[in-house]
Amino acid sequence: MELTAKEKALVTALGGGLPLVSDPYAELGRRVGLSEGETIAVIARLREAGLIKRFGVVVRHHELGYRSNAMVVWDIPDARVEEIGRRFSAFDFVTLCYQRPRRPPEWPYNLFCMVHGRERDVVLGQVEELAETCGLAGVKREVLFSTRRFKQRGAVYCLAPETAA
Amino acid sequence: MTRETKATLDEADRAIVNALQGGFPLVDEPFAEVGSRLGLPTDEVIERIRRMLDDGILSRFGPMYHAERLGGGLTLAALRVPAERYEEVAAIVNAFPEVAHNYAREHDLNMWFVLATETPEGIADTVGRIEAATGLTVYNMPKREEFFVGLRFEA
Repeated sequence: MELTAKEKALVTALGGGLPLVSDPYAELGRRVGLSEGETIAVIARLREAGLIKRFGVVVRHHELGYRSNAMVVWDIPDARVEEIGRRFSAFDFVTLCYQRPRRPPEWPYNLFCMVHGRERDVVLGQVEELAETCGLAGVKREVLFSTRRFKQRGAVYCLAPETAA
Repeated sequence: MTRETKATLDEADRAIVNALQGGFPLVDEPFAEVGSRLGLPTDEVIERIRRMLDDGILSRFGPMYHAERLGGGLTLAALRVPAERYEEVAAIVNAFPEVAHNYAREHDLNMWFVLATETPEGIADTVGRIEAATGLTVYNMPKREEFFVGLRFEA
């Protein structure tokens, strides 16, 4: 999708977050020279074109007491990755799930999911539940708890990656 | 750096967060619409979102752009950092503006960070510069497919 100069300006303005006023689209539009209706139409098109993946809030787990942040990595047979990724996503405690390339020989894992919990033991139990429910008992996996968060911000160029948060 | 805020959410806060993770209405008065769904006045919805942003519970309220479709690059990368060099390497990596998140993790691959660049080629370039600056191999693991979910609170 080709963006006009005004649409690009809107992408940048939106990147800073939605104004907290009763008519946020009118307010955004004023900043970039679009009407309220045009602003809404552009955002709708960005969503339809998939340039906006999701439009809403980003929760910071740590501040809510979700201190046990685990990246769980699995060596799933390639033919089943799609199916397992979808099944993982149905669990309330899974917050992100991605397929990524293996990096053999040290890194055989191709499916990554994030599990955030208040207690380490609970998270480990939930990982066990994932494995059992999805028939992955024999599948190699590792649980990488985070020990420190050095940096968390929306990236530059008004992109806001959530990956591996 | 880690903030030790011990934040709590009440029932209305949780309802708002749950309602807004899936999306935000594209109508003239979206906060009013969210409020009517949840049985809350518009002003209260706005005020609660503002407070959660101020408290750092929400990092952002807006769009998650699809970096690749916007013409940018995005990847997850890892380093195997010798324990005695950890602080030094963390400082080097964090100084790159392309690094969005960086987490220490319990594993042989013990530093995990997200790179976001203005162009797809920027990823390889940044990986090369991080390898040169640290003398370590960067394991680049770009996303192949995403199965999105989101954090949901029990009501």
